Amino acid sequence: MSEKITLEVARYSPERDAAPHLEAFEVPFRKDWVVLDALNYIKDKTDGSLTYRWSCRMGICGSCGMMVNGEPKLTCATFLADYAPAPVRVEPLRNFPVVRDLVIAMTDFMHKLKEMKPWLIRREEKPLSEGEYLQTPEQLDAFKQFSMCINCMLCYAACPVYGLDPLFAGPAAIALAQRYNLDSRDQGAKDRFPILSQHEGIWGCTFVGECTQVCPKHVDPAGAIQQYKLTAATEWFKSLLLPWSGK
Amino acid sequence: MKSSGSTPGYTLNHPRWYRARVSTYWWLKQWVYLKFVLRELTSVFVAFFVVTTLMQLRAFSRGPQAYENFQKWLQNPFVIALNVVSFLFVLYHSVTWLSLAPRAMAVRIRGKRVPDLLISGTNYAAWLVISAVVAWFLLWG
Repeated sequence: MSEKITLEVARYSPERDAAPHLEAFEVPFRKDWVVLDALNYIKDKTDGSLTYRWSCRMGICGSCGMMVNGEPKLTCATFLADYAPAPVRVEPLRNFPVVRDLVIAMTDFMHKLKEMKPWLIRREEKPLSEGEYLQTPEQLDAFKQFSMCINCMLCYAACPVYGLDPLFAGPAAIALAQRYNLDSRDQGAKDRFPILSQHEGIWGCTFVGECTQVCPKHVDPAGAIQQYKLTAATEWFKSLLLPWSGK
Repeated sequence: MKSSGSTPGYTLNHPRWYRARVSTYWWLKQWVYLKFVLRELTSVFVAFFVVTTLMQLRAFSRGPQAYENFQKWLQNPFVIALNVVSFLFVLYHSVTWLSLAPRAMAVRIRGKRVPDLLISGTNYAAWLVISAVVAWFLLWG
């Protein structure tokens, strides 16, 4: 237990501070420790007031997203060993308001997600007696990648468009809209079209592509947005050439 | 504590939340962002290429004298240099654009997604064929 590593953690107390500042903590360096383990160690042994979100510590819940050395990461999947012996800087996710220390306000994302109607929409529900909505492996494959999203918001922290224009719907919300649009059981694509195809929807995206790079679940939100741009453009051409259809 | 009798709830835009301003130079802080901004900025050269082509068409429609004047302008060393630089950037933009094509085109045949290489390959092939046709018209047509 002789080896140590320094964590520079962003602290912000809404009651006392005008802006966040970094505070250095020394923690034991262990090869099998992730950044979240180090934060838990600080909270247990050094400073119980350190505030951050976490839950499952296995890349499923999506709560422990933070900036590690300036990059959006799930701290439960980011090993100290990859940064040692240099100090590791841990900050709250970029592009979001900071509530306290490493906790960000996710209200905006929650609103945007809900706007996309991320649930199965049916024109008419089948009676229960007819059983489940069946799906072939191919039909599942069409949307499965986008369904892997855990709402960790790393993609929002990586997206400069969202940073500059907070009205932009953002990568995860659009990818999740696509997840339902491409689901063979869903009939709500038309309901989502007006939300997705507005300027603050897909057209806000300039395809920087960083959302896909940082996604811990390989969702490829950038791909989802470009694919929907193609869909929206096709729809527009269709309405231009065949204005009487689609009513 | 809330003093009013209104429904307690979440306060949007809480005054004590800290909001960092995005720096004007955000794109200088990470190489990937810089690369993105450089690609965006170099589209000015692509625009120049398009404008030159439009001007060429206009000169063409105005008769032999206008076209000759235009060609003289093209022979200006500065314009040649600008065209060489623009050509390189147009090439760069075409390559990056075509390699992004598979991300935007999720084509499915019999339920299986067509591999990325096939999509970008088809795009490159189409590009080559069109370029060859244009070259044929210009050189021998």
